Amino acid sequence: MTDYPALTDKALGLVIDLDTCVGCHACAVNCKEWNTGGHSAPLTDEDPYGADATGVWFNRIHAFEVDEGTAGRTVHFPRSCLHCAEPACVTVCPTGASYKREEDGIVLVDEDLCIGCKLCSWACPYGAREYDQDAGVMKKCTMCIDRIYNENLPEAERVPACVSTCPANARHFGDLGDPTSEVSILVAERGGYDLMPEMGMKPTNKYLPPRPRANTCDQGEDEGPAPASGFLGFVDRVFSR
Amino acid sequence: MHPAYSVIFFTVSSGIGFGLIMLAGVFAGLGRLPADQPLALMVMSFALATAVAGLMSSALHLGHPERAWRAFSQWRTSWLSREGVAAVLTFPPALFFAFGWGVMGDLSSPYACAGGIAAVLALITVLCTGMIYQSLAAIRAWANPLVTPGYIIMALATGSLWLAAAMRMTGHYDPAIAHLPFATVLAAWIIKGLYWWRIDHHKGGPTAQSATGLGGEGTSVKLLEAPHTQENFVMREMGYHVARRHAVRLRRFAQAFGFALPLVLTESLLVLPGNGGIALTATLIAALSGTIGISVERWLFFAEARHAVTLYYGAQRV
Repeated sequence: MTDYPALTDKALGLVIDLDTCVGCHACAVNCKEWNTGGHSAPLTDEDPYGADATGVWFNRIHAFEVDEGTAGRTVHFPRSCLHCAEPACVTVCPTGASYKREEDGIVLVDEDLCIGCKLCSWACPYGAREYDQDAGVMKKCTMCIDRIYNENLPEAERVPACVSTCPANARHFGDLGDPTSEVSILVAERGGYDLMPEMGMKPTNKYLPPRPRANTCDQGEDEGPAPASGFLGFVDRVFSR
Repeated sequence: MHPAYSVIFFTVSSGIGFGLIMLAGVFAGLGRLPADQPLALMVMSFALATAVAGLMSSALHLGHPERAWRAFSQWRTSWLSREGVAAVLTFPPALFFAFGWGVMGDLSSPYACAGGIAAVLALITVLCTGMIYQSLAAIRAWANPLVTPGYIIMALATGSLWLAAAMRMTGHYDPAIAHLPFATVLAAWIIKGLYWWRIDHHKGGPTAQSATGLGGEGTSVKLLEAPHTQENFVMREMGYHVARRHAVRLRRFAQAFGFALPLVLTESLLVLPGNGGIALTATLIAALSGTIGISVERWLFFAEARHAVTLYYGAQRV
């Protein structure tokens, strides 16, 4: 049944810190590395060494310029499946291949049921799903179900590949359905938010906004020219630091 | 949205087929269809062939056509699944009706009843087709209450043009059927005009700001660097857009051939005497022109629809 569960036992998801993300693409690369041998393997590439290389990735890192001039800043923006609480990609699926798990809220594709109609990719406002032309089925982020429950891995590594590899600690993984979890506390403290809430899909993943930045360019501009020398000049220099 | 030829062919062709089934069923129920076998064979074989060809085209465009049968299972949530179920359910009564009308030459109650049931199921099928698109919040142009009425009326418009042509070809004349294209094509033109006006005058809606959660009122959010150098599936499938000036030109083409010419031709016929060759030619041209115009309209329906994901690839507003 491609109806999603009204309530999941857990709501496993990611919290992405746009303040600390440096845009290195390590999460995307490690995601590709793990998942091309994981649950949805392979993440097919077409013409991988040619001029028009294209292929399936679950994680894409955009960079945005927010505002302009001295007020402007560059924000690196990782984009992957948000494992929505009310996912349109699940309800539109005609075969039941696209489903949301009741136990942990993870949205998955059963590749043996997928007919490759691509309607789920149309239904997703976030572009989370990428079609595998070679396999003829839709693929998407699995929240690394083959890592997070993998007892062959040391406990510290039982997190999604993107989280384990982030050198800036900008990616956090946990149960966003539990208000006492570390990720939920982080979201509450930092004002974590949903992407495009107007779509009504109630994303599980949250984004932490960049912290307000001290604007060093404007300092002391209104006070006129500083005294150049003498005792007042010395005092001005000391307090201007 | 990428205007895939398989989907354009599917929606136009099965629109004609299910439109014809709707009209034939209704007119049989009203006792307005002649119990004439050549007419019946022509109408029903054309209706069933276009409906099946459309469905086959949509099935063959799947990544796994051999699994298409699985699409009948999720009718409780999926409009695509509902469409598949309704389409398949339409065929038994439509075939029984076609058998009665075409082979037995009989339009009495069991066959007319089957025609009526087929008409209702055909209507439900086209309604589901429209709802597949109308239910997608991510595509603002489609999340629009004019989409489903548009699909239904355009199925009826093309269906009525071909029904009027078939009547002429077999030497029949019924003023209700001859004038039907005027009503359906005009209604289709009005609904499509309203649809275009609505998508041209959208206010609000998702922006680069709401897609990223960055920037506030009056600040800009611009794509500085895309995640990849080559186009990916998301950009090819959802990022397709047609230049505004081409869209304007194609809208004119769709209106001229899809609506204006069929209206003029089917109404001007009435002044012509009898069932002459000129009248027949004109009805056939009207049906062909309507089909071509609606195909262009369908191409635009996809090409003009902008998906929310494009906000992550440089669009400011969708």
